[in-house]
Amino acid sequence: MENKMYVSSSPHFRSDSSTTKIMLDVIIALIPACIAATIIFGPMSLMLIGVCVATCVLSEYISRKVMKRDNTIGDLSAVVTGLLLALNLPVNINPLIAMFGCIVAIVVVKQMFGGIGMNFVNPALAARIVLLVSFPNAMMTWVDAFYYKNPDAVTSATPLASEVGAYSYVDLLLGTHGGSLGETCAVALVIGGVYLVIKKVISPIIPCVYIASSALMALVIGQDPIYQILSGGLLLGAIFMATDYVTSPITKWGKVIYAIGCGVLTILLRTYSNMPEGVSFSILLMNILVPLIESATTPKAFGAVRKGDKK
Amino acid sequence: MDKNLTFPRKPYRTHGGVHVPHLKNTAHIESVEMPAPKTVTITMSQHIGAPCKPTVKVGDTVYVGQVIGDSDAYVSAPIHSSVSGTVKKIEKVAVADGSKVDAITIESDGEMTLFDGIKPPVINNISDLLKAIRASGLVGLGGAGFPAHVKLNIPADKDVDTLIINVAECEPYITADHREVLENSWAIMSGVYALKDILGLKRVIIGVENNKPDAIKVLKDIADNDIDKYDEVRVLPLKASYPFGAEKVLIKACTNRVVPMGKLPSDAGCIVMNVASVAFLAEYMRTGIPLTKKRLTIDGDAIKEPKNVIVPIGVSVKEVIEFAGGYKREPKKLIMGGPMMGAAISDDNIFVAKQNNAILAFTEKKAKLMESTACIRCGKCVDACPMSLLPVSICKAVDSKDVSAMMSTNILNCMECGCCSYACPANRHLVNTIKLGKQIINNEKKRQMPLKEGK
Repeated sequence: MENKMYVSSSPHFRSDSSTTKIMLDVIIALIPACIAATIIFGPMSLMLIGVCVATCVLSEYISRKVMKRDNTIGDLSAVVTGLLLALNLPVNINPLIAMFGCIVAIVVVKQMFGGIGMNFVNPALAARIVLLVSFPNAMMTWVDAFYYKNPDAVTSATPLASEVGAYSYVDLLLGTHGGSLGETCAVALVIGGVYLVIKKVISPIIPCVYIASSALMALVIGQDPIYQILSGGLLLGAIFMATDYVTSPITKWGKVIYAIGCGVLTILLRTYSNMPEGVSFSILLMNILVPLIESATTPKAFGAVRKGDKK
Repeated sequence: MDKNLTFPRKPYRTHGGVHVPHLKNTAHIESVEMPAPKTVTITMSQHIGAPCKPTVKVGDTVYVGQVIGDSDAYVSAPIHSSVSGTVKKIEKVAVADGSKVDAITIESDGEMTLFDGIKPPVINNISDLLKAIRASGLVGLGGAGFPAHVKLNIPADKDVDTLIINVAECEPYITADHREVLENSWAIMSGVYALKDILGLKRVIIGVENNKPDAIKVLKDIADNDIDKYDEVRVLPLKASYPFGAEKVLIKACTNRVVPMGKLPSDAGCIVMNVASVAFLAEYMRTGIPLTKKRLTIDGDAIKEPKNVIVPIGVSVKEVIEFAGGYKREPKKLIMGGPMMGAAISDDNIFVAKQNNAILAFTEKKAKLMESTACIRCGKCVDACPMSLLPVSICKAVDSKDVSAMMSTNILNCMECGCCSYACPANRHLVNTIKLGKQIINNEKKRQMPLKEGK
């Protein structure tokens, strides 16, 4: 036979999923939150999102180039990081600060550790914390919802920093209150989460356990669980940040333990630390514990007999 | 154990698996028997275990069903001539996995004359049965090629109570077992009840994927036959999901029993037989003609007339494909077996062996290898693994060439079903890496062996 055949190891069929398709699904799932942000905080939101996405993609492109590695912006993961970081910022932040955050996320947290799949903490979260520590004022100056319609707008407090009960549950669900761009509208976030679960991009374990465990923890220490869940970045964190593949456990029970850790820490940090918010720190802490959690929760292989098992 | 034998209404839960496209294009096309080819080249290693030694010389005249290769080893099965004619040469040829083995080339006289000594075996008890099965040359026809007399020789200390007939046929394209059921139902019925009686089993479960309703109907008729007074033979339709045909997965789905790692189905009280093996056995009991032909599914987007063909063992892939109308487009990949577990072969000068069940030919479009990208730890391989392994962790251990780390990931429990690679969005070659890891472990074992013996 004159033509050469491909010879490769089985299987010879592959599913049509790809990293790009998964990232595209995450982007689609974030669209409701982006729309909500634009309605609540005005067209400036779109500008901020655009700046973040562009900076992330550009820094990924340049850093890959400088490191003489193949270009990976096609997998859209930098777009996701840009979106997530933007949704974690207050709308009136100086765009230069946002850009600095994006560069930290992509260059320092992601590419310096080897690029997609190698970072041990979530790039967007790590960048948010860097900004929070470096620019605490800019990061914690919030404007009220619909401020752009009101020329005499004043800064506002987030529900977590206000007196309990300052906002009704309806306000919290719709997100008509001060806060980061994407964290306020619970409805939009849940729609995105349901989309991701239906498309089998994420397993529902992490968001559900995260939310349930923080609700329980809130009850235990005498907080209003619903208020805790709907305010601050908890839903954004539980649905989009804690479920980041790279920095969450791959084992089923690992996911459960990790999500419980996130939920409990979130409420503890919110209540007892100096910061009003605890989502970022708790997820970041649990990110670091992922290798340990994973090795402790390796599933029993089919047919494996462990010590102590009955015959 | 046999007191509470129950028949499941629906399959028990199994872990993992993937939904592969069925592509059973040939399910409704009658199988065609291929006439005697000019020559056949019959390899001496068509089973798991010791290869056979040729028992004929160049120039000998042989007949259909005559033993031409045999071995003294227990785990081995004799090899028979599939045509009548003259032995032309005995030399090493390449086989599907790339290695070279002894093979006997026979020039056919076109007569297909049966060997003189062929007569139906007399079977009164299990030892007669095992002897007859060994003489028939039967090996697991589902693909593994494990000698059937070894499989059915149940050690006295094993309490085997269940026979599972494997009609899952979960690989895409392949319909050989499906056609076997439709075209050879008599033999299946006869084989099932004969095995059940001789082995003294009280429960026979026919596991069949629900994507072949016509086969399920035929099998249900077999199971509802009047011979089966106590309703001890039943059909269990399985969800069409890959890999239900894998022995350990099928046992779990049918009986909820788990075969311990490194052990055999008999350790879980089960024997699993492929449906084609059962049908062959019935035919052999009736006629005494050993295993000399095989039903193959010929398909793929490069094949002109996809269909099932019944071919003499030892015929070349090239001739089989020519018999199926040849290629309609330029083939770029040839596979012996299914797309999930079959072996890609480098050219069509490879010869059909007992355990083959399909030949697939694909064009550039389907054959092209995709570039793999970085692992994003999505865990889809973990969800897909029917053995509950962590393919991503195994591959990490293999990449670092750390044998003890590999062993702690249970790498040897991997059956290379391909689910992980199939599910991987980054297109990583997980099965390939795992195979490499097994090879590294093997080499390491070989390296350590002389040291141990020296002590």
